[in-house]
Amino acid sequence: MNESLSFIFINACLVNNFVLAYFLGICPFLGVSGNIGTASRMGGAVMFVMLVSSMCAYGIHLMLVAIDAPYLQLISYIVVIASTVQLVEMIIKKFSPALFRALGIFLPLITTNCAILGLALFQTNKGYDFIQSLIYALGAGAGFTIALVIMAGIREDLDIADTPKVVRGTAIVLMVAGMLSLTFMGFAGLGG
Amino acid sequence: MNEANNKLDTNTFIKGLWKENPVFVQVLGMCPVLAVTNSATNGMAMGLATAFVLIMSSTLVSLLRNFIPKQVRIATFILIIATFVTVAEYLIQAISIDIHKALGAFISLIVVNCLILGRAEAFASKNSVGKSILDATGMGVGFTFALLCLGGVREILGTGTFFGIQILGASFEPWILMILPGGGFFTLGAWLLLFNYMKERKAAKMQEATA
Repeated sequence: MNESLSFIFINACLVNNFVLAYFLGICPFLGVSGNIGTASRMGGAVMFVMLVSSMCAYGIHLMLVAIDAPYLQLISYIVVIASTVQLVEMIIKKFSPALFRALGIFLPLITTNCAILGLALFQTNKGYDFIQSLIYALGAGAGFTIALVIMAGIREDLDIADTPKVVRGTAIVLMVAGMLSLTFMGFAGLGG
Repeated sequence: MNEANNKLDTNTFIKGLWKENPVFVQVLGMCPVLAVTNSATNGMAMGLATAFVLIMSSTLVSLLRNFIPKQVRIATFILIIATFVTVAEYLIQAISIDIHKALGAFISLIVVNCLILGRAEAFASKNSVGKSILDATGMGVGFTFALLCLGGVREILGTGTFFGIQILGASFEPWILMILPGGGFFTLGAWLLLFNYMKERKAAKMQEATA
């Protein structure tokens, strides 16, 4: 694995955007993308959890290889992610109660955010070393934030647009997401 | 969902299929729904794997519901689910290497399917074993059905085949778009539109009947 760091970052952030190309983290993507402020802070929280859990996942992977127990991988990853989320929840609650209320139920739901577990699994599958894993996590987090913020921007405009009653809600959001996903395909080949 | 106790058992099963279909109505568990449904076979395999995990973990959660302390219930549920997902992953690998390759990391990602945790928390932890199994089976079948709908549409339009069998003539120009990520969003959006439309028509009819 001799991929350059900038390639890993651009790949995770734009070319194979976690939300729009891998469909990871769709729940918060649909749930908290109502307003730009909340969306960007949610992105920040996810990015932080990604960084921490990526580091932990790297350590755990080394240990599991050492004791030859690959079947424990999934279980140990999910436990680490759940504890990281708990930690972030406490930090946010302490420093910004307003943000804590704004994120609401979606904060604990970061635990079941597939993007984070997906990140841990992908970096293991790709055999990244420690620095590469960190950059990968950073890229994935940035990509998630970008997708979320763009979506929130579009939805803020959609709210005041005169759409037919049938398409309101999830249906139109999915259509917009489809178009965004097509747009992001334009990044293919970038950074290679 | 807390009024489920005084409902008939068949209703517990049926509601997952249509009225509370996990994908079309509750919009839960979206990641696998969109990611692996580029063909009917993949959609079906994913649906069955998810149903298996759902049924097994609902059963166990329901059996243990009186022993799990409230404070650590979510962590316990996730551990139970992760165990069964690991089982499912090894099973799929044993049954078909091809499907295992096609689904890739998304099998492991069943762990974070909100649907399973949602059912464990909302239903299995409060109801008897029999009911939980029925509920999980209904939801699992509904989920598989939805994945099949999505995968079918995307495969037919994207490659002109269904379960790998050519059904549209050779003159059909495949819409490559449909098997790309964007197509997943569009197809699901279209299905939701259809469901909204039908719901609205039904509501209008009921209103007419009462007026």
